[in-house]
Amino acid sequence: MVSERQGGSATPQADGGNRLTAELARRAYNIRRHALRMGEVQGQGYVAQALGFADVLAVLYFQALRYNPADPHWEERDRCLLSIGHYAIALYAALIEAGVLPETEIESYGSDDSRLPMSGMASYTPGMEISGGSLGQGLPIAVGVCLGLKRKASRSFVYNLLSDGELNEGSTWEAAQSASHWQLDNLIAVVDVNNQQADGPSSQVMSFEPLEARWQSFGWHVARVDGNDLAALSEAFDSARNLQEPKPRVIICDTRMGRGVPFLEGREKAHFIRVDPDEWALALEQLRLEA
Amino acid sequence: MSTQTAKAGTAKSDTTKSDTTKPRLKTSAMIASIAGADQRTRSAPFGHALVELAKKRPEIVGLTADLGKYTDLHIFAQAYPERFYQMGMAEQVLMAAAGGMAREGCIPFATTYAVFAARRAYDFICLSIAEENLPVKIVCALPGLTTGYGPSHQATEDLAIFRGMPNLTIVDPCDAIDIEQAVPTIADHPGPVYMRLLRGQVPVVLDEYDYRFELGKAKLLRDGGEVLIISSGLMTMRALEAAKRLERDRIGVAVLHSPTIKPLDTETILREAGRGGRLVVVAENHSVIGGLGEAVAGTLLRAGVTPPFRQIALPDAFLDAGALPTLHDRYGISTEQVVAQIKGWL
Ligand SMILES: Cc1ncc(C[n+]2csc(CCOP(=O)(O)OP(=O)(O)O)c2C)c(N)n1
Ligand SMILES: [Mg+2]
Repeated sequence: MVSERQGGSATPQADGGNRLTAELARRAYNIRRHALRMGEVQGQGYVAQALGFADVLAVLYFQALRYNPADPHWEERDRCLLSIGHYAIALYAALIEAGVLPETEIESYGSDDSRLPMSGMASYTPGMEISGGSLGQGLPIAVGVCLGLKRKASRSFVYNLLSDGELNEGSTWEAAQSASHWQLDNLIAVVDVNNQQADGPSSQVMSFEPLEARWQSFGWHVARVDGNDLAALSEAFDSARNLQEPKPRVIICDTRMGRGVPFLEGREKAHFIRVDPDEWALALEQLRLEA
Repeated sequence: MSTQTAKAGTAKSDTTKSDTTKPRLKTSAMIASIAGADQRTRSAPFGHALVELAKKRPEIVGLTADLGKYTDLHIFAQAYPERFYQMGMAEQVLMAAAGGMAREGCIPFATTYAVFAARRAYDFICLSIAEENLPVKIVCALPGLTTGYGPSHQATEDLAIFRGMPNLTIVDPCDAIDIEQAVPTIADHPGPVYMRLLRGQVPVVLDEYDYRFELGKAKLLRDGGEVLIISSGLMTMRALEAAKRLERDRIGVAVLHSPTIKPLDTETILREAGRGGRLVVVAENHSVIGGLGEAVAGTLLRAGVTPPFRQIALPDAFLDAGALPTLHDRYGISTEQVVAQIKGWL
């Protein structure tokens, strides 16, 4: 049984950084593999998002987050709130890799009576903190969880994983305002900027730049990184955690959909992709060769 | 009067063991359509009807909240890019801005999913549109139980929510033909309208009957001596199939299709329900609370018309995730379940 994972920092030694990055790369590879195998069960879906976000999840679950795989409700855990319900495939992959969910449930993804529904819900899945899917609710919930934790003098952090599409919702910005008003230094928002939404590229659906300046003007500490660069992510998560200012923190992650599987990365971008039955084996093979 | 609904679903916690005898159905299998494999369909009837209408009506504009592709409004956007407004995934702005455009002479068709219009944007629709009786047409995909994504996407109470809004006309079409005929009709209506949408490959059913969509009118599609089903939306499709099957057992089933939920065609409903000797069943793709069933019940009771009365509707619960055929069976709105429930009541 895996014991409690203490979240926190990368090793400070000179060569420790490389070793950590290699370990994170192995985790990211496994997360991508689990996600592809779940994608194959449906034959379609949010696979490209999961591939794009896998590096962020690897750093989150194998460096930053404090949790106990055997006890998803452990009081001292960091809270990881997934508001993007359709990214459940990505989070399940991370939870499997983290030992919270058994790998054997992959085949049940999105199927009748599974614990892994297409859209993530707290009532179904160990390790899924909230019921997402009605986008724009995650950050407001996170504000409340942060306030509640502070009342208990808890030292846990609250992570909210949100998407560039969720930046369209007014509720996200109402929460951003609230978080800085309440000086929520236990809040770390992680935005996946994959430049994709349901109707097309996010920048065309609703222009959102300059993103750093927008968050800064709302009183947040901002880091913007290449969301597929493990070393950069590792550092950004460390800094967000260790910051001494009484401010909420946001890590804006620019990611590439389909990352790790060249033919999916090169394919026309879409919110919901179809992959032919014979292409799944090819995807797993390309992933292996890229690793 | 008594009401009865389908049994609730199985518990979530103890159902993870896989059934080795048959493969489990998948949530995404029917993601773009509710059509059965053997049904005739038409593609994107709403989008095409709106394009047709827009040729004659330059005041028509289309708005969406990042769901153009998923509400068939992309057809309109392609035909009239300069009349299409992508508002981003921001349903409150979508509705209030549609109200603003209507003030300046436009007839906006605003689309999103039914849950997000009903739940998130309700206040904005109420004050920015309905209170001033502005001609905004709110057209929403995934009404009732038409997705297996769970409560975040299942608009099981949209009719209950919207029936409470003064000035708002509510339409729940049955098939592609109903949708095509409803589009110009609701555009002509001077006030706001909420229309439930079936999108993608939409079944074609009503051409087998002598039918025309008229706003505010219920239409008797077939007659029968033992049972009168009053229905709207996709449940009219199910009612017609159930009636055919029950006919083989010599059970005569009439089907009264009432696509306008508000204002309800009380005259026709009272006439048909008042004929006597028939079990009255209201069938709807909606919660047992606050939809067509309770609207009909109130109408009957107020008029002192009290036939035996039953509801086929979704339970008052947050419903499961899963494949649609499984869920329609589980919650009693598949054709098989409609037939079984009616037989059980006779
Ligand atoms: C409040 C709300 N409005 C609309 C939707 C429908 N919807 C689901 S995903 C999505 C796109 C959101 O953007 P993003 O999460 O960035 O999409 P992705 O990167 O996965 O393509 C939309 C509009 C929703 N789930 N919630
Ligand atoms: Mg996105």
